[in-house]
Amino acid sequence: MTEAMFLVLVVEDDRDISAVLRTLLEAEGYRVAVAECAERALVEARGRRPDLMLLDLGLPDRDGQSVIREVRGFSPLPIIVLSARTMEAERIAALDAGADDYVTKPFSSRELLARVRAALRRAARTGGQPSLLKIGLLDVDFARRQTQGPGGPVHLTPLEFRVLECLARAHGLIVTRDQIIREVWGPDRVGDTRNLRVYVKLLRGKIEPEPDRPRFLLTEAGVGYRLDVD
Amino acid sequence: MTEEPSRPDPDRLLAEVVRDEARAKRGRLRTFFGASAGVGKTYAMLEAARSARAGGVDVVVGYVEPHGRAETERLLEGLERLPTLPVLYRGAVRQEFDLDAALRRRAAITLVDELAHSNLVDGQPPPRHAKRWQDIEEMLGAGLDVWTTVNVQHLESLNDVVAGITGVRQQETVPDRIFDDADEIELIDLPPDDLLERLRAGKVYLPEQAQTAIERFFRKPNLIALRELALRRTADRVDAAAREYAGREPVSRPWLARDRFLIAVAPDEQAEHLVRFAKRFADALDAEWTVVSVETPAMLRLSEAERNRRIDVLRLAESLGAETVTLDGPAPGPVILEYARVRNASRIVVGEPRRRGWRSWLRPTTATYLIRRPHGIDVTVVAKRDEAGGGGPARRTAASAVAGSGGAEIRWDRYWWAVGMSAIATLVGALMDPFFSVTNIVMVYLLGALVAGLRFGRGPATLTAVLNIACFNFFFVPPRLTFAVSDVQYLVTFAVMLAVALTIANLAANVRQQTRVAGARERRTAMLYAMSRELAAARGIDAMRELAVKHVAETFASKVVVLLPNRVNHFDPVAVRADPRIYESPDLSIAQWVYDKGEPAGLGTDTLPGAPAIYLPLLGAARPLGVLAVLPSNRRRVLLPEQRHLLETFAGQVALAIERTQLAEAAEIARVAAETETLRNTLLASISHDIRTPLAVIAGASSALSDARLQLDEATRARLARSIEAKARDVSELVSNVLDLMRFGAGRIPLRRDWETVDDLVGVALSRLEGRLHEHVVTVALPDDLPAVFVDAGLMIQVLANLLDNAVRHTPPGTHVAIHGQVRDGNLEIAVEDDGAGLPPGDPDRLFMKFQRGREEGEGGGAGLGLAICRAIIQAHDGEIHASNRPQGGARFAIRLPIGEASE
Repeated sequence: MTEAMFLVLVVEDDRDISAVLRTLLEAEGYRVAVAECAERALVEARGRRPDLMLLDLGLPDRDGQSVIREVRGFSPLPIIVLSARTMEAERIAALDAGADDYVTKPFSSRELLARVRAALRRAARTGGQPSLLKIGLLDVDFARRQTQGPGGPVHLTPLEFRVLECLARAHGLIVTRDQIIREVWGPDRVGDTRNLRVYVKLLRGKIEPEPDRPRFLLTEAGVGYRLDVD
Repeated sequence: MTEEPSRPDPDRLLAEVVRDEARAKRGRLRTFFGASAGVGKTYAMLEAARSARAGGVDVVVGYVEPHGRAETERLLEGLERLPTLPVLYRGAVRQEFDLDAALRRRAAITLVDELAHSNLVDGQPPPRHAKRWQDIEEMLGAGLDVWTTVNVQHLESLNDVVAGITGVRQQETVPDRIFDDADEIELIDLPPDDLLERLRAGKVYLPEQAQTAIERFFRKPNLIALRELALRRTADRVDAAAREYAGREPVSRPWLARDRFLIAVAPDEQAEHLVRFAKRFADALDAEWTVVSVETPAMLRLSEAERNRRIDVLRLAESLGAETVTLDGPAPGPVILEYARVRNASRIVVGEPRRRGWRSWLRPTTATYLIRRPHGIDVTVVAKRDEAGGGGPARRTAASAVAGSGGAEIRWDRYWWAVGMSAIATLVGALMDPFFSVTNIVMVYLLGALVAGLRFGRGPATLTAVLNIACFNFFFVPPRLTFAVSDVQYLVTFAVMLAVALTIANLAANVRQQTRVAGARERRTAMLYAMSRELAAARGIDAMRELAVKHVAETFASKVVVLLPNRVNHFDPVAVRADPRIYESPDLSIAQWVYDKGEPAGLGTDTLPGAPAIYLPLLGAARPLGVLAVLPSNRRRVLLPEQRHLLETFAGQVALAIERTQLAEAAEIARVAAETETLRNTLLASISHDIRTPLAVIAGASSALSDARLQLDEATRARLARSIEAKARDVSELVSNVLDLMRFGAGRIPLRRDWETVDDLVGVALSRLEGRLHEHVVTVALPDDLPAVFVDAGLMIQVLANLLDNAVRHTPPGTHVAIHGQVRDGNLEIAVEDDGAGLPPGDPDRLFMKFQRGREEGEGGGAGLGLAICRAIIQAHDGEIHASNRPQGGARFAIRLPIGEASE
């Protein structure tokens, strides 16, 4: 636990929140740096090269969105945005600007740490393909395109596989609808969400124990989906 | 107690108080009044100004005619003079009184010479008013005192008297009311001999070009007569002032009704004279006077010039203070008499008849009719007079200047119809010929003449009558097929036939035109009613504007626009629209003036009469609301006083409607404000409770956790931590709800719609409430074939989450909560049901009101906002939400969303 420890840059102007975040993250074994304003955050991001940024959008000096865009100008480091539930438009704008995911305030430690883990995991194996994935009681082998459930093989169509694969590659981070459609159906179908909805429903029928109350393939209202297998 | 002295009439006292107040606000007008030029009015005014200035009064010379008199120049020295306004007029620069400069200067007293001066209407820049007295009126209206000068010959009512004396007709006149309303009249009197002496000494400036006319003017008899006029006019005014003062004292004599004179005018040369005479006559006897013009069928045949004269006469009468009325009927006499009775007139004034001799015996003139008829009303016949000494040219007024050219056009097609009518009569006669006597054929021809009169008018009917005789002679009188007549007695037949046919044709044509006149009037009245009715039914200012434009444009054959001021009381340019009825380029500066002053301007008014359109203020109870601008296609449509009155009535109706709407809007705003106030109070009470409770739990639990002296086991610590988290989430949810409600309350909810499946929405809602639902049994029943809906996912999830949360809050643990989805009547219905205690008694819709809770201080709180938010969101989606009790017990909340194109 020396050089290998990940450095998380917390950008949050409220000291109480940053203290809680520090406690949580350090308890989980990360190193933590805190910046209280956007300018400081940019300096730290360049200088200390953190492995992940936790960014509160309501900063005193600058709009959080512009911070995301500027960081993206020099670094691909994962950015997770903290935002209030009522600020949906803000979250989507942040994703468009280049953020990797978001956590809504008030957050639970479980949710926050899961996102951090997912983001670090994906950053560690960018472009890499998990060949084996365990979803609940289901084993999915992407290389051989086989799915094995407790009661025998489960048949997934090639398109269902591609949707699942697309979600799996995000390691639990959110994937927007447009991203999935672009990757699975092609760029000219972006905006037409009908197929995607059908396939998500079909997939849930095959991988979820209770398709009406999904536990793994989760909908992020109005934004996209995530595959949470932890 | 003794009898009280006669008490003053409170209404009259009130009217006096109001008038005094208006006067106190208005500036005071002091007029230096003289019999003719050269008596020294300007001199007297300047001297008075000098002494006022010496007394420390802020006196400013606004304008003094540059007559170049040495005495005048000397007096002007040492007085502050306002710069004059250079006006480009017919290629030359003229110096004019600068009204705006005077208004800006706001001197205690402003001197403005020559009250009767006409401003250069065609000059550059064009003047605001056509006449200087209007400039002065505006200054008085602005509360500024003005001193001015005027000669007796400029007074409108004395105009023709002076013309009669001097042979020179004054072009520049001042309405009598300006003179009469002046606060002070100072008569500058100079005996004629002295004046002539001054003239000879060259002390009176005489313009070269008018030398001869003025020489004719300044003859001693003229000067004596003018002096007498001026003295008498001043005396009249003093008398009137004395009477008015006496009127303020309590009067013990019984109240005497003022006489009312009815002045019957025809559209002839005499009319103007008649009106002026009537004004003096009525003034002398302190009577009210009404000028009546009767529209007869004969008048429709008048030339354009004569019809315009009628307009001029009525406008002159109005400017002299008369009430004007236009009546219609077959002949003026009976109509006037009837109206005189209705109005209780004591006297009818008519002009001397033009027709004399046998013609007047055949068709009595109005004067003769009124005199011959017994009716108990005095009749005054005013002698006819020729225009004085062939003096000035006939006056061109605004109305006649703008009148279109040409008389009534002749409808030739009607003459062809008249010929046809003769042919038909002849044909019918030919068919009857073998069976009936010639006498009956005569009847057929008479019938033909009657029909022609009724259908085609006077001219064609006359043609038919003549043709009928010819045809009758040619075809039916032996020897047939020649115009020769064998039996002389047929000549009598022809004569009688012609006379009867012409009379019938004439009567029929009269009836026809009468009907047309009455019909037009009736239509106008009907239009007014139609507009009032539609305005009463209209909602919103824009709808009213549109209605007003539609009706006024149709009734007055005009382009119309209703201008309403913006927030800073200015007018924005009219948006260009395809509607041909909209007047798109009104002069906004005129509109602004009209709006600020609350008086009409533009075409046919006293202010800026050169404008192509008329601008009427839309007067509300307290202030002008806007301006109605009307651009007539035919100017007579708005210049005729009765049309003008009708237009004003329209404007009044529109103003009333707009004011009603504005008041309604103001009331609505007040109501909303009151509601918001209540809302805020309830919100504060509710939130303080709902926030304090969870905060108390959080504070208590966390202090327990941090207290080292407490020996808490692991399970207890975990329970405390969980309750801290749960309560923190409660508070957070509450804050979000309040924020949402404020966001939605502020106006339309912005929707980020996309196609969503119901199971997705329900799934997210369930996962959001995960922590709360574990004590309840939740089932989801959504058919696979539910259509997708085009909704804002975030908001719709919140609706579902709120409904689920509501169910969990208000039912005990272990209760079943079910989510159903189905398509019903083209709507998607999602229901959240439970088998708990059901809804509280009362109207279920009440639950969706802000801050309503099923039970007071219900367990779990929630501020009663959740359902209100649900309803706001569902309504923004054009859906419905209802609460009901299930027959088998428990509550049911159902959302219905239109599927629309969702069934893709």
